[in-house]
Amino acid sequence: MIRHDYSRVDPKRRANIDHKKKQFAKAEFAQQHYDHRLNFYTLPPTAEITLEEFETWAINRLKVLSELEACSFRNKSPEETAEYMTSILNKYLPLRSNTSRSQALQEERKKDHYSHYILRLAFSSTEDLRRRFSRLETMLFRLRYKEDDFKEREQFVKSLNLEWEEVGEAEKRELRDQLLAATGGKKSAAGEEQEWCKVDWERVPELVEQRRVFLRRGKAYVPQSQQMSLVVAEFTKWLDDALELTARALPRLDEDDRLAPILAHLSQSFTAPEAAYTSSDASIDGLSAIHANAIDSLSENFPLCMRNLHMNLRANSHLKHYGRLQYTLFLKGIGLSLEECIVFWRRSFKLMTDDKFQKEYRYNIRHVYGDVGGDANRRGRGYTPYSCQKILTEPLPGPGQSHGCPYRTFTPENLSALLQRVGVQDRNVLKTVREDVQKQRYHVACNRVFEYGHQREIKKVRDEGSWSATDLDTIVHPNTYFKRSWLLKHLGEGNAGMVGDDEKMEE
Amino acid sequence: MPHSTAPDPMSAGDSQTMSETTIKPEPSTQDVAMEDAPSPAGDNKAKVELEELFDDNDSDQEFPSSVPAKSEEDLSQPTTFKISDTSTFSDPDVMRAFYQRLFPFRHFFQWLNHSAVPGPDFAHREFAFTLANGALLRYQSFPTADVFRKHCIKEVPPRFDIGPVYSTNPRDRKSLRKASAFRATSRELVFDIDMNDYDEIRTCCTGAKVCHKCWTFITMAIKVVDTALREDFSFKHILWVYSGRRGAHAWVSDKKAREMDDNRRRSLAGYLELVRGGDQGSKRVSIRRPLHPHLERSLNILKEHFQTTILAEQDPWAEKSEHLLNLIPDATLRAALQKKWDSSPSRPSASKWADIDSVAKSGALSKTSRELLEAKQDIVLEYTYPRLDADVSKKLNHLLKSPFVVHPATGRVCVPIDPKRVEEFDPLGVPTVTELLKEIDEWEGEEDEKKVHDWEKTSLKPYIDYYKTFVSGLLRDEKEQMSVKREREEQHGDAMDF
Repeated sequence: MIRHDYSRVDPKRRANIDHKKKQFAKAEFAQQHYDHRLNFYTLPPTAEITLEEFETWAINRLKVLSELEACSFRNKSPEETAEYMTSILNKYLPLRSNTSRSQALQEERKKDHYSHYILRLAFSSTEDLRRRFSRLETMLFRLRYKEDDFKEREQFVKSLNLEWEEVGEAEKRELRDQLLAATGGKKSAAGEEQEWCKVDWERVPELVEQRRVFLRRGKAYVPQSQQMSLVVAEFTKWLDDALELTARALPRLDEDDRLAPILAHLSQSFTAPEAAYTSSDASIDGLSAIHANAIDSLSENFPLCMRNLHMNLRANSHLKHYGRLQYTLFLKGIGLSLEECIVFWRRSFKLMTDDKFQKEYRYNIRHVYGDVGGDANRRGRGYTPYSCQKILTEPLPGPGQSHGCPYRTFTPENLSALLQRVGVQDRNVLKTVREDVQKQRYHVACNRVFEYGHQREIKKVRDEGSWSATDLDTIVHPNTYFKRSWLLKHLGEGNAGMVGDDEKMEE
Repeated sequence: MPHSTAPDPMSAGDSQTMSETTIKPEPSTQDVAMEDAPSPAGDNKAKVELEELFDDNDSDQEFPSSVPAKSEEDLSQPTTFKISDTSTFSDPDVMRAFYQRLFPFRHFFQWLNHSAVPGPDFAHREFAFTLANGALLRYQSFPTADVFRKHCIKEVPPRFDIGPVYSTNPRDRKSLRKASAFRATSRELVFDIDMNDYDEIRTCCTGAKVCHKCWTFITMAIKVVDTALREDFSFKHILWVYSGRRGAHAWVSDKKAREMDDNRRRSLAGYLELVRGGDQGSKRVSIRRPLHPHLERSLNILKEHFQTTILAEQDPWAEKSEHLLNLIPDATLRAALQKKWDSSPSRPSASKWADIDSVAKSGALSKTSRELLEAKQDIVLEYTYPRLDADVSKKLNHLLKSPFVVHPATGRVCVPIDPKRVEEFDPLGVPTVTELLKEIDEWEGEEDEKKVHDWEKTSLKPYIDYYKTFVSGLLRDEKEQMSVKREREEQHGDAMDF
């Protein structure tokens, strides 16, 4: 089916002819035989399964996907993820290679196939779910693709019939230097044997973005070693299209009251990630309504990302767009009202004329708070404060910009200097932070700094047992950082006990 | 000679008013009626006007000539509006005259419409008007060039931006049954290069200022980006436009570029983007070796500029060499250089740059010469490689100031830049509205058989001529693609089996 994607038939008509042909000509997929471990899930399953299987298979796959998502939230490297996932995959969704000659081979693949389709049903209803599902399925596919047996993988790729134009010998010789330079290959004998194929650059956007392929006249020259990117891109594209179709077909499922509850249940248990911002982060007992002029003193309790923005703002009396956005959202999150927020920015931009501020900045602040803008924005009361994950996955700041997570964007030397400026003097802490950062564990570093800055208070609440373990869980949101920091620094002011109640409400 | 300030001041006998009233019928039906049905009113007359409508060279009603109106206006309102030294470009009368007489509406329309016959590419295109009080009026759209022109003359917007083409008419967006039916479907791939981003490496000006010295940064950027877009991505129709003050925009109008989704745009922008990292990151440029062919080529383009523009003109390290020192990876070499430069801090940058090699040769290098070379390449790139405002390019629905608009702060017209002659472009020589209007007044030529458009009397002429060529090239390609597509469809229609 894939092949038709690139033939020149009008897409609208194609769906019809092919579909009918496939559906009525020969029911070839009634009992599918799975030749390959990997699957592009192009043909829907048609065999019967029990309702119980329907549910358990789906739950198992869901477990795998949510663990994968957790890995990406924790910023694990691909290697760490692969290692972590091995046991989980073996337990919930084993998928052995042909060489294993296992009896259960076909059974496993069937389960993989069916569970994928069940989740497709469950997660096609909203744009949000679709995007998440497609991202996670792509991750899973990539993971499996990587560890697949080389030969079997090659066969699988061949079976897909992707239309790739091979680069001929003459062209290869002509472009040899550029090809090698683009892929960072060494000019060794091994490089010569590499096969290359030519595709439209649009099909390998990630390779293009990272400048990992040679481009000429709109064609990308992809080396065999980078084929994964091509296959994965193909997989995602295919899945996205299919999800779109599923979403449109979904209403017709309504008559089935056996499956609908299961599907609804599945998609509910796949709700937003744990790092979501909750309004309770804004309500801190003992902290009265915040005024614009209190920010300076409160900034002692800010996480490094926000403190850095604050210091930059004070130093330059200005912040660039993304810095303003990140900081405004955070301030909104700690409970600064719109009016006070406008006052805060107006005063902070002290070199600017009133007119310029009113014209160019005020609207944006109001938009963030949902005071102006489209219907959806106003109803949703503007944007939600950024989580660590959001801040960490955004593009790096450019010249003159200071948003983002300093643990990620600063060089180790500058980071140390910044930490010392905010009062982290301990050599050991600075050293371990540096190690964390090198391993790209930015949130670990941030939490370490938090613990260092609040060690006495944390010890106290631990000893007293006034805070539960969940209250001291890893911080994954700047607003949680502030809240916890403020509460710890104001212990014994009649609020220590309140924290637990709040946190429970979040769950 | 006075400029007419009202939209239609001319008498009924005037040919312009005549034709305008006859071709004025409801916009939506206009093209259909003109296309195939002979006008019932009178064949001869309709034909003449049709030709007028589609002919490129002669009797262009959108660019009125001053001749026919001359005598009458001189009589009726001898001194209504005369450009004087005191008129400023923000004066609505000046802007009105600009839209009436100079703005190339027809070519502008064809550029966005991709054909001479009005279609959804233009009609569903969002225009955003900046009003005189600074408010932004979004989601405006116009069925034809004529309606658009009239609107501009009536409202006299100080500037307007171009947005994407939407799936439906942007004006109807609120009356749709489903909000999701309203989405951006296509728009040119755009780039924005702004002098602002060069502030930390330019020494001549800061902020909104620009001079010939720092304009070279933009020249370099245009060369590099233009080459990459043409050679690597095989885009052909790239319109570079002076942004009116201190930067340049690019509009890639190829069909393929217009139809790219956000994802593709992001990866293309990422491909071209090199200088990253905030103020606290260390090196702005860090790249893999061997150099990607695109970077290798860019480096070759930029090398000579580095010698002239950076070392000689900008002279960035004359008094402060810390940043340069920080970029040198070798500790011993760095120490040796520091010592040398501390004793003569005002050494010009060119000498300091040469010092790096000479000191390294004298034995102060603890790393390989290869590493030093690579570090030096990085420095060259950091100081010369284009600094794109990448966010502009990444989103399909980003608004960008239209070409030929007058920059509200400088009065300069946002004229196209020919990338083949980018070296010759002088941002400070770009005419301002007031200058142009004066040129029309001062023009003394024969205007007998062939009417001369107002813009032809001004220094705007070469720019509009270039734009015309650009647009007709685009239209030709567009037409070819359409016919290829049609052929293909026909072939497939036969082969279809049901």
